[in-house]
Amino acid sequence: MSVKPASSNRPLSPFMIGPYYKPQLTSMLSITHRLTGLALAFGTIFIAAWVTAAATSAEAYGQFAWAANTIVGKLLLLAYTWAMLYHLCNGIRHLFWDTGRGLDLKTAYASGYLVIVASVALTAGVWAAAYLC
Amino acid sequence: MSLRSPLSQARGLGSAKDGVGHWWMQRMTAIALIPLSLWFVFSLVRFPLLDHATMVAWIHAPLVAVALVLFFLAMFYHAALGVQVVIEDYVGNEGVKLVSIVVTKFALFAFGAAAIFAVLKIAFGA
Repeated sequence: MSVKPASSNRPLSPFMIGPYYKPQLTSMLSITHRLTGLALAFGTIFIAAWVTAAATSAEAYGQFAWAANTIVGKLLLLAYTWAMLYHLCNGIRHLFWDTGRGLDLKTAYASGYLVIVASVALTAGVWAAAYLC
Repeated sequence: MSLRSPLSQARGLGSAKDGVGHWWMQRMTAIALIPLSLWFVFSLVRFPLLDHATMVAWIHAPLVAVALVLFFLAMFYHAALGVQVVIEDYVGNEGVKLVSIVVTKFALFAFGAAAIFAVLKIAFGA
């Protein structure tokens, strides 16, 4: 972990991206879980900025709201919504795995496809509701 | 051949009883974030929160303020734990790894403190 024992120069298994493994649904969903997690962690800056602006003044909040209402702001919000809902759905899949269930290939693929469909459907639902309500 | 005992060689190389703590808190915060994040997204859709007066009135409600504080606690903690694992997995250089972990932890806790303070400031009447 922190210090490499001098005696061990053992081979490591190759990284999932590269010539050694072909892309599979399970590995792609796994790396997407990490990437959405990183994106969500980075996006917490904007969540902190959002409430801080609200606590500062109506003018500061107005500037934040203006930025969020631009095309770029809306696209980022759309991406953030999907990243959040994907990470949520796949996170539930991970919690389910933590109980020792659903780790066989057939179930892992079925839950993987379910996560894709659910995250896209939920994102569409959230944005449809936002525009209709 | 080293004259050091196997125990002294192993010391400092691995966890000492609290190794499962990180894993466990990642799951605890994950479970907490399921209802909290769904409530958060629902609220964003339900109320026109880009209007300042609406936003302030929303956070003034005690249950909303408490839920937001819990949401932010769980979210920033979960993010700090998650980013740490990614750094540990992909950053090979020990120095870069340590600095990256310290910087991301400080940053996420600072953003979390700012977010929670903002909620409390509005809730207590700014």
